[in-house]
Amino acid sequence: MYPRPLADDAPVRRFAYASMVVLILALWLVPLMAVMTTSLRSFEEVMAGNYWGWPKSFNFIENYMAVFTQTAMARYFLNSLIVTLPSVVGVLVLSTLTGYVLSRYRFRGANLMFALFVGGNFLPAQIMMIPVRDLMVSIGLYDTYYALIVFHVAFQTGFATLFMRNFIAALPDELFQAARAEGASPWQTLRHVVLPLIRPALAALAILTFTFVWNDYFWAIVLTQSDAVKPVTAGLNNLRGEWVSAWNLVAAATILVAIPPVVMFFLMQRHFIAGLTVGAVKG
Amino acid sequence: MSTFWRSHRYWIAPTLFIMPGALLFGVVIILASVETIWISFFDWDGVGAKQWVGLANYAQLLDDSQFYVSLKNNLIWLAMFMLAPPLGLALALLLNQPIRGMRVVKSLFFVPLVLASVTVGVVFTWVYDPTFGLLSLIFSSFGSTAPALLSDEHLVTFAVVVAALWPQVAFCLVLFLAGLNNLSEDLIGAGRVDGARGWPMLIHVILPQLREVSFIALAVTVIGALRSFDMVAVMTSGGPFGSSTVLAYQMYEQSIFSYRFGYGAAITTVLFVIMAVFIAWYLRTLLRPEREGI
Repeated sequence: MYPRPLADDAPVRRFAYASMVVLILALWLVPLMAVMTTSLRSFEEVMAGNYWGWPKSFNFIENYMAVFTQTAMARYFLNSLIVTLPSVVGVLVLSTLTGYVLSRYRFRGANLMFALFVGGNFLPAQIMMIPVRDLMVSIGLYDTYYALIVFHVAFQTGFATLFMRNFIAALPDELFQAARAEGASPWQTLRHVVLPLIRPALAALAILTFTFVWNDYFWAIVLTQSDAVKPVTAGLNNLRGEWVSAWNLVAAATILVAIPPVVMFFLMQRHFIAGLTVGAVKG
Repeated sequence: MSTFWRSHRYWIAPTLFIMPGALLFGVVIILASVETIWISFFDWDGVGAKQWVGLANYAQLLDDSQFYVSLKNNLIWLAMFMLAPPLGLALALLLNQPIRGMRVVKSLFFVPLVLASVTVGVVFTWVYDPTFGLLSLIFSSFGSTAPALLSDEHLVTFAVVVAALWPQVAFCLVLFLAGLNNLSEDLIGAGRVDGARGWPMLIHVILPQLREVSFIALAVTVIGALRSFDMVAVMTSGGPFGSSTVLAYQMYEQSIFSYRFGYGAAITTVLFVIMAVFIAWYLRTLLRPEREGI
């Protein structure tokens, strides 16, 4: 292990080290903790300028209720779920199919297609903005959930294909030879050999895609306009303009936006890390 | 029909499987990107007829002082983002210790990574707030006044990049921790037997083993720096007086607010050409092991 583990028989050094780590962690998360505490403060306290000290009163229920009843946040939150969940399903289905074919079949142009999937994912969003927006306007999907769902499914399929292809390529070859010997059709092989084995990959992709889509801001402002479809990220930015001085409410809304990805992350951390480090570590 | 199916299903089935994903990605991502390059040769308000202007949009870029501001800011982003991999590595070395509770500490360090950039932007707007922000608290405790970072045209981009570094460092930390987990114990042991410690150990024994991870961290950081849009849009809207725009934001502004779609397309095409170099470099390294059949 590197760095060399601290000796077990040096409790003082171990304690000092742990304290230092906790101190650095506290500094690392100060901005976030301040927002969390501010989301509990009263309006008077915010007006008085206490953003960083200990809250004088805890207004958890008042503030979060106010966000849900006095702002459109509940709507935005629902919109984000309506966009994100189908996008995740779509990405999982499409990338399982593309990943399976790209990993198990050799054909002309396979490498080029794979390179396009991966490379396309690194393009700046603005390079496709005008045509995508036009396309959505012309087929009547602009400012609907479908515009965001279609785009996110398309875009995330690029990264997901890289992930799935690598995962399926790492499955033992014997399985596929056996399936062929049994006369299994490609569909049967996919259904009965591949699918049961890629559950961890599906879990990792689901959480990653959820986070990417939930956190998207650019397409939220390019493809939607009305409050009825606007996702939380764009909604939060609007809210910030409307509720300039009610920082406690904006803070509560900020925390609400952060909760789903953070909770997902803590629930499925192993999968999340495995997903992010794909390609970084051979395996 | 059934015999036809049976004798051809070896290629029909995979073709059908790959079609939906390939078509969707091909049309919405790849074709759209190519079309943007085409649009950059036109004068277009987004509604009326396109008018062919050849390279006029690009010629105009060369005379646009705002374009140079964006370009310079993109370079600042790029240069400052280079801090993310070393900082991530330093944090990873700090946290890679078998101490009780370290798992939880690590996950807490990862949190900025899963936050939306809007969230990060909002959080840091408060840190930088000139009257009540954390920064002003720190400055006033030393008896001085904090600069209003987000309304100072010379400092604003640096302030935005520092905010953007927060999740980026967390990302590099995740990568390097995974890399440190995969080190060869034999090599480390051999290094220790030879008396390597501290810097020489890190540079000659550890870093060579982290080459792949470092490469990914670097590539993702470079691409992330050049793609920056969200933080600028949320924290400054390119201001004050356009001093914090980057190419991605200037393109958005020109197209959506000024209806100059052809000009916007030209800006993003320039950004694309800059990025294509890095994307190609990344792809080459990513796909190379397979060509060698490893």
